[in-house]
Amino acid sequence: MRPTVLANLRELLRYRALVRSLVGRELKARYRGSVLGFLWSFINPLLLLLIYTFVFTVVMPGSRGQGLEPYSLFLFCGLLPWTWFSSSLLESSNALIASGNLIRKVMFPAEVLPVVSVLTGLVHFCLGLPILGLFILYAAVPVVPTDLLWLPVVVLIQLVLTLGLALLLSSLTVHFRDLRDLLGNVLTLWFFATPIIYPAAQAPEKYHWILNLNPFTHLATAYQQVLFVPGPMHPGAGLAGAAGLALVVFAVGYSVFDRLRDTLAEEV
Amino acid sequence: MNAVEVRDVRKLYRRYGRRKSFGTIKSALLGGGVLSALKPDATFEALKGVSLDVRAGSTVGLIGRNGSGKSTLLKLIAGIGKPTSGTIRVDGRVSALIELGAGFHPEISGRENVFINGMMLGLSKRDVARKFDAIAAFADIGDFIEAPVKTYSSGMYMRLGFAVAINVDPDVLLVDEVLAVGDEAFTHKCLDKFAEFRRQGRTVVLVTHNPDLVARFCDDAVWLDDGRLQAHGDPRRVIDAYLMDVAAAEGAALTALAEHRDPLMAAEAIPSNMFEADQGRWGTREAELLDVTLRCGDGSTSRVMRSGEPFEVLLRARASSPLADFAFGVAIFNGDGVCCYGTNTTIDGGTPETFAGDGEVRFTIPALPLLDGLYTVDVAVHRQNGVPYDYHRKLHAFRVQSSRKDVGVFRPPHHWEFSGGVRLAGLGPGDDEAS
Repeated sequence: MRPTVLANLRELLRYRALVRSLVGRELKARYRGSVLGFLWSFINPLLLLLIYTFVFTVVMPGSRGQGLEPYSLFLFCGLLPWTWFSSSLLESSNALIASGNLIRKVMFPAEVLPVVSVLTGLVHFCLGLPILGLFILYAAVPVVPTDLLWLPVVVLIQLVLTLGLALLLSSLTVHFRDLRDLLGNVLTLWFFATPIIYPAAQAPEKYHWILNLNPFTHLATAYQQVLFVPGPMHPGAGLAGAAGLALVVFAVGYSVFDRLRDTLAEEV
Repeated sequence: MNAVEVRDVRKLYRRYGRRKSFGTIKSALLGGGVLSALKPDATFEALKGVSLDVRAGSTVGLIGRNGSGKSTLLKLIAGIGKPTSGTIRVDGRVSALIELGAGFHPEISGRENVFINGMMLGLSKRDVARKFDAIAAFADIGDFIEAPVKTYSSGMYMRLGFAVAINVDPDVLLVDEVLAVGDEAFTHKCLDKFAEFRRQGRTVVLVTHNPDLVARFCDDAVWLDDGRLQAHGDPRRVIDAYLMDVAAAEGAALTALAEHRDPLMAAEAIPSNMFEADQGRWGTREAELLDVTLRCGDGSTSRVMRSGEPFEVLLRARASSPLADFAFGVAIFNGDGVCCYGTNTTIDGGTPETFAGDGEVRFTIPALPLLDGLYTVDVAVHRQNGVPYDYHRKLHAFRVQSSRKDVGVFRPPHHWEFSGGVRLAGLGPGDDEAS
């Protein structure tokens, strides 16, 4: 990384109060005018869960993995982090363009905007966790308490990975608007290439290498191991690899953003 | 000491072609890296090497036509974007009033927006909290400060945006035409605030199209034209140079318009009712006006006159056969189509003798008593009973410039006298006001 990149990262830290306020604003503004307000943060993941559960237990019960009881809990372990991931990327890819006015007229570090998108997603993710907790208690899954210490680690890896991709996408989208449309389809493909609605072991042997290259496989598996699979968590090389990849993606994403920084004000 | 130092700054804007599509991403990813795909198809140079020093504590007015690079320069000083080449150094905290309320979120309250906007402009949360009362008082929007910003009128929105930006406590304040949008009271408030800034020894750079504002408020004026520094120095001098240049350009445009109309003039267009004709040329052409020239005070051909100075209409005329019954006429119309003045040689008491072959007619107003504005002049040669030989209606336009702000149709010679308890300087009969 160039020295200015580090200086800019420090600058970003100086703006953390602004980031905090902007995340608060997003959350507040989002539910302004709706009757249920903040409850939607709980209702949304719940509804999503109900839909998937209905499809895989009532409509096509045969297609779900074996020995995954209760199946809806298994689903939730992967769906909740995926929702954070995909919505953050979709939103941040549009973040700079939507706030074009700001970038053209006010001097402030533009990376604040995609970072706010990702952190807003993180807050929604955290609001979904109590629902997940209630489910675990209800289903009486024998979660190993020490495993829960792994949860923040996995969340951190996902955060770094998402931030890296968000920075990359937000700056590139300013130049290639096509990315916005492309991204939706890529994310759909990515969702099915990740063991969220099926366990990793159920995928055909010859495709395992693809799943293993996908960093989100290791994140989803880690969530499932911590919150669903009985017995203590045994983190493998996969999670370490995902952590390393997340750091690389962040470095690349931030560098690209930094290179394109001066062109943003002219192009949005 | 200089608060702002601009050195050889050039700014290139890039224009991209239409074909910026998936094809270019694909090729970019396959070969040459993503950055190489960002090559522009064409460039536009907004600033062509500008150097400028702004003394700390001075108020500087930046003037120039649309597209001359004023706003670009202001943005670069503000740090929004970087110069393509050259350097800009700014001493102290900068606040830019470029767009008021940029970044306000419509759904949340004015109070919350003040905090977020203030932090975007570089204040800490504690700073904003400390200044909040001052900001709310300046914006003067009452209880609306707690209402969502989307319920604001545009004036309230602007006032709040201005209040935040001005309370950032900048050492250098950059202002881009924001005064043009406010109502009278708001403008006064802003000007008072700028005056306060000056007293506190801060630096203000003002982009404006209003020369009066520059003359009244600025220590220095800078004139940018086509991305280059044309003049920098005493406001009165720079403004006059700028206005003369604008007038010359306007004159050229009017001349071009007149030339463009010439083919139309040649065509014999006889309107069914000449009194309803808006513009055109008609007549029997037994006599013809071959050429019409307008001259200003110094005797040069111009389409831009100065109020109070001589004005001349020069007609080159030709009679195809000798005429004994003829009169020349001139009339001046203002932009509203009101006839300001009209006369002819018969009205003025002249008696025609002979008109044969080529001749010249010169009509002179020694001190043009017209106000600032756009005018047209009718010229004609006709029989004494009014039957036209050649009538040009509103074909010749000219501009009158006046530094005075008086109103109406024309300026009659006048003077003021005061006696008794009234004393007023500068308008006595001896002061030679308003000839």
